[in-house]
Amino acid sequence: MQIAMTVNGNTQSHDVEARTLLVYYLRDAVGLTGTNVGCDTTSCGACTVLLNGQSVKSCTVLAAQVAGEQVMTIEGLADANGTMGPVQQSFQDCHGLQCGYCTPGMVMAITSLLVENSDPTEEDIRIGLEGNLCRCTGYHNIVESALAASRIPEMRS
Amino acid sequence: MIPAPFDYLRADSLEEAIGLLVEHGDDAKLLAGGHSLLPLMKLRLAQPAVLIDIGHIDELSYVRDDDGDVAIGALTRHHDIATSAVARISAPVLAHVAGQIGDPQVRHRGTIGGSIAHGDPASDLPAVALAMGGTLVVQGPNGRREIDANDFFLSFFEVALAPDELLIEIRVPHAPNSQWGFEKLTKRAQDWAIVGAVAVRTAAGVGVGLVNMGPVPLRSNAVESAVAAGATAAQAAELAAEGTEPSADFNGSVAYRQHVARVLVRRALEKAGV
Repeated sequence: MQIAMTVNGNTQSHDVEARTLLVYYLRDAVGLTGTNVGCDTTSCGACTVLLNGQSVKSCTVLAAQVAGEQVMTIEGLADANGTMGPVQQSFQDCHGLQCGYCTPGMVMAITSLLVENSDPTEEDIRIGLEGNLCRCTGYHNIVESALAASRIPEMRS
Repeated sequence: MIPAPFDYLRADSLEEAIGLLVEHGDDAKLLAGGHSLLPLMKLRLAQPAVLIDIGHIDELSYVRDDDGDVAIGALTRHHDIATSAVARISAPVLAHVAGQIGDPQVRHRGTIGGSIAHGDPASDLPAVALAMGGTLVVQGPNGRREIDANDFFLSFFEVALAPDELLIEIRVPHAPNSQWGFEKLTKRAQDWAIVGAVAVRTAAGVGVGLVNMGPVPLRSNAVESAVAAGATAAQAAELAAEGTEPSADFNGSVAYRQHVARVLVRRALEKAGV
């Protein structure tokens, strides 16, 4: 079936099987491989993207379900010159990643969290990241990165 | 994991959805947020020939005060219930529990109607609907009917919906200033309950619901009767395992789940001011 949606501000249109999951649509049809497949069972959050501004797990959404809607992936956060977005920059500044596999999902989940709560406490962030697993046991710096991002004026607007 | 092939149809209105259900009957499954159905389809535990996507029927997404009840459109997402001012004021236990389901990503997609129509005994919202004395409004080609939540959950993953009906609204009695407690035992924050318990105390009495304590979501009549007869929370909670048939799995034995149910019901009752 032919589906079209907006990904990172660009219109995408592809002929896909109805059973195509959003994460595979993004990786294989659109060619954006920044979104990772982790557990593939709605648990780990590695595949988190924004759907109309809200975090969702793209392994549990059909591409067909979101035809006509707005999707943002990790590739959409940096500007055209490659300057990283505030959450990405905070991850670099705070050493928020080790192996990096969970990182795109973490960054997207935090981006969504900060839209809903622009002045989170550490506890808000820890609870807000309950849907994202890091197997390097590196949550401390991830939470620090989120707190640092929340203090950037651009994220508070 | 990829679901087996199916035909995808999108309904943009309630009438269109019912028309497609009539046309495809038992071959079709309704897809709302997809957070119960798609995981089953990926495991090939469900292989519907036709998926009718009702996720874009905006007229079924609302939370409002209506004639002494809080009325929630079946396609209202958990996040929108958890953050709804109407729900937080008039049905605070429902708003709280909606905010405890899964994780933020799941709550952004999952819907109350999908969760309840799925009939999973391990889901939290059916127990709340039971404890609050809720009503489920369903619609089919012959019109609308209301089903008492007590009569809705028939057996394991089976509910009182005809193949051509869909759940359109969940109603719970207006319960501002109610006292309540919700207790859920999980290994990880985002998991389904190993056991859960909810108690709600209103002027009408105390309602108690149990999560994952049998093949269907349960209302604990024994505990409710004991409280009504004047039992303390500790006394009433001793009856929490009566009539339950929990499964045994890697999370715990039957005896373990029944013990946990007694503990969680006591805590929920205490939080509800019993």
